[in-house]
Amino acid sequence: MNIHEYQGKEVLRQYGVAVPNGKVAFTVEEAVEAAKELGTDVCVVKAQIHAGGRGKAGGVKVAKNLEEVRTYAEEILGKTLVTHQTGPEGKEVKRLLIEEGCDIQKEYYVGLVLDRATSRVTLMASEEGGTEIEEVAEATPEKIFKEEIDPVVGLTAFQARRIAFNINIPTKLVNQAVKFMMGLYQAYVEKDCSIAEINPLVVTGDGKVMALDAKLNFDSNALYRRKDILEMRDLEEEDTKEIEASKYDLSYIALDGNIGCMVNGAGLAMSTMDIIKHYGGDPANFLDVGGGATAEKVTEAFKIILSDENVKGIFVNIFGGIMKCDVIATGVVEAAKQVGLEVPLVVRLEGTNVDLGKKILAESDVEIVAADSMADGAQKIVSLVG
Amino acid sequence: MSVFINKDTKVIVQGITGSTALFHTKQMLEYGTKIVGGVTPGKGGMEVEGVPVFNTVKEAVEATGATASVIYVPAPFAADSIMEATDAELDLAICITEHIPVLDMVKVKRYMEGKKTRLVGPNCPGVITADECKIGIMPGYIHKKGHVGVVSRSGTLTYEAVHQLSEAGIGQTTAVGIGGDPVNGTNFIDVLKEFNNDPETYAVIMIGEIGGTAEEEAAEWVKANMTKPVVGFIGGRTAPPGKRMGHAGAIISGGKGTADEKIRVMNECGIQVADTPSVMGETLIKVLKETDLYDKCKTH
Repeated sequence: MNIHEYQGKEVLRQYGVAVPNGKVAFTVEEAVEAAKELGTDVCVVKAQIHAGGRGKAGGVKVAKNLEEVRTYAEEILGKTLVTHQTGPEGKEVKRLLIEEGCDIQKEYYVGLVLDRATSRVTLMASEEGGTEIEEVAEATPEKIFKEEIDPVVGLTAFQARRIAFNINIPTKLVNQAVKFMMGLYQAYVEKDCSIAEINPLVVTGDGKVMALDAKLNFDSNALYRRKDILEMRDLEEEDTKEIEASKYDLSYIALDGNIGCMVNGAGLAMSTMDIIKHYGGDPANFLDVGGGATAEKVTEAFKIILSDENVKGIFVNIFGGIMKCDVIATGVVEAAKQVGLEVPLVVRLEGTNVDLGKKILAESDVEIVAADSMADGAQKIVSLVG
Repeated sequence: MSVFINKDTKVIVQGITGSTALFHTKQMLEYGTKIVGGVTPGKGGMEVEGVPVFNTVKEAVEATGATASVIYVPAPFAADSIMEATDAELDLAICITEHIPVLDMVKVKRYMEGKKTRLVGPNCPGVITADECKIGIMPGYIHKKGHVGVVSRSGTLTYEAVHQLSEAGIGQTTAVGIGGDPVNGTNFIDVLKEFNNDPETYAVIMIGEIGGTAEEEAAEWVKANMTKPVVGFIGGRTAPPGKRMGHAGAIISGGKGTADEKIRVMNECGIQVADTPSVMGETLIKVLKETDLYDKCKTH
């Protein structure tokens, strides 16, 4: 789960990680009010959307007085920002962060991620702040320093110190940087982050080390024990169909194509998209109904697929293990009736109770094209959608 | 022969009184798996499906001589169950549970360092040695005894591959689901090593997906060490970057972990990769014919 920058900074403050003073604003008036309260000469008006690259897209402006705050707030609020992470349709700005300006001496990068190869959380840092870490890794990998963290003892001070010296934090500020990194790790562990990225971390003219930006992502599997984080979820930033799917414990991801897919198992669901593409079609979604789906869940899955108006046909591809084919078949027939299916439907069933499942489909009065294999099904739906 | 499990493997079921566990305990018993006990704290002394239930893993192991465990415990408590199995010095713990917080698994992996227990999973379908022992949730009837080893990050894709093989008369030794999580107990290389050493396994099919670099590392290992042919498949060629495709580990992040890159490395290392999931079996058969193994692998 993602949260906004201002929320990420609130979390960091709880752990003693230095961030600039700032306040969220939902309207132009609130923005001006927030700037007044800050009382600084210069403040920054920052668009709050769940995507990076806001600066380049015109979503971050430095205001030298309250009038400018008003002008920029009016300009940015309601604007659709298109960045490399939003997709071509962009994202509308509905919240602003009004933050005190600071005198930046130098920008760094500090991040915590899970290293899958070692199964450890790794602290990563570079003195090439402000640019994306992937670009730094590509161009100057020698400028990235890493410390692998033992989960039993956590990040140790010597590791944080070593990183601080390696990335050339001014010597008199090393202790501040260490405190910063230790706090960041604490937040990562105690809030079940999946990424905690500070880019840039800055050293200021008045000798402070702080997070100018903050990107925190959280492990959705751990949200059950992080109620405070769950409250920060901004549903407006998420796809409505994905939200609906998550209510029914369905794993759904919206895509650009016109063939709706309903599959059991993540690997098979991904491969179903691949095979549709292989035969010249375009999948409209990824949808894994999971192992323990009921007829009701299948019905909901159908409704969600069909709520995407681009969908011109549906391919159901099931290999029943835990999931029994007769349950799926019943659900498919039920759903097709309930939603008054108007697009072609191709169903491929295999696995537990397959004969029973096929019988249910054949005996129903819903128009269903049966497929013998995944390839057969994919070819059929692609030709039906045209 | 087979890898990890065989007809003599004695198994306990952790979380046996839960509904999913009960359903699968029954299925495993029907398949012929030696389920000798179950564990649910507070339910010790009960009996389900003719299997005695214990309060702790240690107690269950002492009473039954079990060497393997299968875990169906809900995600918030599953990490603890894996550690309990490790503490009881089982040879093998297979964790089916999905949605375990990743930082819990980071701790579990640390806890298991230097200890004898091998963890398979979590978030996996389990392990099956055809006609001998089924530990997990896979449909048993699609498997056929033979000479091909299967290792996979995905449950249903494993079934797909096994089904294609069995239909074509190519049986399997053992099918191992290593799971779709970013932190797991057993990786591709661990399983490939076992298959390489197993005299009954003549060829291997390896099924991966987007995210991480486990397939690339495995491919390099195959090139350097494997004496048997390996074919592969990678799911998620068309997956958009930055999105988790159902499995917690299936995500392309920062341009890393793409299917194309994995396929490129696998090809470079001599692994033929099936173009679509429906030709996984065909691809293997083609390679078996090229290496004169087809007749040895054909079971009917």
